[in-house]
Amino acid sequence: MAAFKLQINGRSYQADVEPDTPLLWVLRDHLGLVGTKYGCGIAQCGACTVHLNGKATRSCVLPVSAIGAAKVTTIEGLSANGDHPVQLAWEAVDVPQCGYCQAGQIMTAAALLKQKPKPTAGEIDAAMVGNLCRCGTYHRIREAVKIASTKTK
Amino acid sequence: MSTLPDSSRRNFLKLAATAGGGLLLGFNWTSAGATTPTVVSEAAFAAGNTDFNSYLSIAPDGIVTIFSPNPEIGQGIKTAFPMIVAEELDVDWKRVKVVQAVLDKQKYERQLTGGSGAIPHSWKRLRQAGATARQMLVEAAAKRWNVPAAECTTDKGTVTHAATGRKLGYGELAPEAARLPVPAEVKLKDIKDFRLIGSSVKNVDNRNIVTGKPLFGLDFYREGMLFAMVQRPPAFGMKFKSVDATAAKAMAGIVDVVTFKNNVAVVGKSTWQVKKAREALKVEYEKEGNLESTPDHDQLFANLLNSAEATVRRKDGDVAAAFATAAKVVKGEYQCPFLSHSPLEPMNFFAHVRPDGVELVGPTQTPELARTETAKLLGISPDTITLELTRMGGGFGRRLKADYVLEAVEVSNLVKAPVKVIWTREDDMTGGSYRPAVRYRFEAALDAGGNMVGYKLRGVGINAGNPTRENNFPSGAVDHLLIDSVEHQSPITTGPWRAPITNFLAFAEQSFLDEVAQAAGKDPVQFRLDLLDKAKQAPVGELKYDVDRTRKVIEMVAEKSGWGKKKGIFQGFSVYFSHASYVAQVGEVLMVKGKPVLKKIYAVADCGVVVNQSGARQQVMGGIVDGVGHAMYGNLTFRDGAAEQTNFDTYRLIRINEIPEIDLHFVDNGIDPTGLGEPALPPTGAAVANAIFKATGKRLRNQPFSEQEVYKGVM
Repeated sequence: MAAFKLQINGRSYQADVEPDTPLLWVLRDHLGLVGTKYGCGIAQCGACTVHLNGKATRSCVLPVSAIGAAKVTTIEGLSANGDHPVQLAWEAVDVPQCGYCQAGQIMTAAALLKQKPKPTAGEIDAAMVGNLCRCGTYHRIREAVKIASTKTK
Repeated sequence: MSTLPDSSRRNFLKLAATAGGGLLLGFNWTSAGATTPTVVSEAAFAAGNTDFNSYLSIAPDGIVTIFSPNPEIGQGIKTAFPMIVAEELDVDWKRVKVVQAVLDKQKYERQLTGGSGAIPHSWKRLRQAGATARQMLVEAAAKRWNVPAAECTTDKGTVTHAATGRKLGYGELAPEAARLPVPAEVKLKDIKDFRLIGSSVKNVDNRNIVTGKPLFGLDFYREGMLFAMVQRPPAFGMKFKSVDATAAKAMAGIVDVVTFKNNVAVVGKSTWQVKKAREALKVEYEKEGNLESTPDHDQLFANLLNSAEATVRRKDGDVAAAFATAAKVVKGEYQCPFLSHSPLEPMNFFAHVRPDGVELVGPTQTPELARTETAKLLGISPDTITLELTRMGGGFGRRLKADYVLEAVEVSNLVKAPVKVIWTREDDMTGGSYRPAVRYRFEAALDAGGNMVGYKLRGVGINAGNPTRENNFPSGAVDHLLIDSVEHQSPITTGPWRAPITNFLAFAEQSFLDEVAQAAGKDPVQFRLDLLDKAKQAPVGELKYDVDRTRKVIEMVAEKSGWGKKKGIFQGFSVYFSHASYVAQVGEVLMVKGKPVLKKIYAVADCGVVVNQSGARQQVMGGIVDGVGHAMYGNLTFRDGAAEQTNFDTYRLIRINEIPEIDLHFVDNGIDPTGLGEPALPPTGAAVANAIFKATGKRLRNQPFSEQEVYKGVM
């Protein structure tokens, strides 16, 4: 066990865990941030996506010891009032079915728009291809990313 | 299905004062009861020990709370059910709150997610619940104003008497309304007056989902709760022999290692710690059954298809004679592999076995089964077991089983602590309950005019039960027909997978009918319509589908897709009736660099009244995406009893860049609604495969398509 200081959603957290513990489980089991989901544990489904210094990162394969001073953003901290353009677009388009993968989808989409505010259809697919949706909400995910891109400054 | 038993018409009403001074109107939707309201205390209400069947509460400010009893799995029931109540109640949707009800057998019927059955089961009950409350609110207003109730109207949670310009909100009227006798008869709205039903209403949980609030079973945490992972046998046909848990027990955070049945559970203080400690277990297993491999199954299917001991499912006319005198005989065999359900939220459940009862929390499609199995396991009364339903991160049939619930119960009982059992993805994919592998042999006899006069289907499956749906189309449209099946019992456990059996049978049958149409020299759409004419004019034996509704979806999809009129685009047709809804599809394929690429699917669905446009479109589009994905890529194989694919790196699910465009239409016929969670999936595979045949001349008879000849080297 070791104590790790983490910068998450603009706040400081401390977690006493083994160094190889994936960030995903630190968030969920130790810090009570359960919006980030477990789906596969091998970075194949994207349900665990968070931002590490603004970049979409799979937290299920990221050991807590590798984070250092990097800034972590989870779905809970994507916006102060749940009003990030991507979150609003997800509601406007009524994307979720079961909803389990959607936090990961939203985090991937938000990272894309930060990097590329006006992505083409091909760029949207390329960015979102790592996020599985078992319910098959992909059409609406595309539409929501597109709508969010028109609202992103 | 269209009429309710008499007893259910006699709704009754109960009333309770809430802490905030509001009132709860409880409606028994299904059984006979008192005809006057009973006052119950808030404590009684909260304790859940009254005999209400469901609740609809109106607060003094007019906010209406509607309890949704059915498990929400992504099918949208938590939105659709309250919409139906709110429609008849005539309340502003913005002033409705929805609460997920806990399992309560006394209050609710059919708290179950499966078979696309919730909406048809509850449609009238929900409407009556809303309409009864509305009528009593009207009567309360009429009484207060001393005017005839017939002169009062309702709109958005208010009662109005137009002649005198008076108006009262439901919140103000609720206390008086609840004291009135419950009307024996209530008038339901005319369908044309629906305002909420048929509109697009957003998922009621959207805000919580997009902001990452705890909703799912895996998100459930409790102070003092322990985490457990279970080591199950590594192959079907193996059983537990012994375990050396010394190393695991010595690891950080590990509280205990316990065994039950064929399982070893590692219990500890965090998910990661128990996962790592589980890897340190030294478990020995021994063989207790056959260790089957996929290549064995291919041979097995060949044997079963020639078995002399098939179970006859349906027999019409004289099949032998029809085939003996046929002008042409067409044969085709189709096979599908095992599939994993793979809901994105892996199996998990919370259990706290205490001396005085059991608390269960988690995702299940069948809460009542989970409770009765728990009671049986522990030898206790079901009445001492509570079950709280969490939103489910998908299920697709996997959560119809209670195995993972019982694991949590076993472990909690052994360690005497609250425990959440968590499955990894690998546990889920290797742990059983698969869509069964099935092979079908079809034979059709054509007369000189190209009419299908004889039809034979044999279905053989591995733990598939009856892999046919013997009364589905084309049964009823063929004079001489024989449908039978043979089952192989295997240690590989199977279970219902979204649209059980029909998820593959429809592909096989609709592809084969495409083959028959081609052999008969007929257009595939016209071929189906001719068969339907026959079923309408001179039905053979029992007819379980509605010919006119089937015809309508076929004609509509042909029109919408410009069937047969497009150049350079290859179209494939498919239609299927399952779970009481009708769906026809046309797939469109383009040849790109010599390979067929699926571009678009036209779909027409008839589920009667569409309750929620947005939700219904989601279900159909998701069903089609699911249908395309599993037909193209889904493949779970076995070697010596063990699944060879253990995670999404080798078990391929469809991704965003692989979906076709979907053009979807609903039939507007005002018929009482049926479900949509399943019916759109079955016809999809054949719409795709038949289009690929048009494009390439190659018939896809096995799934997944990605491993067939036409895609060699490109998938």
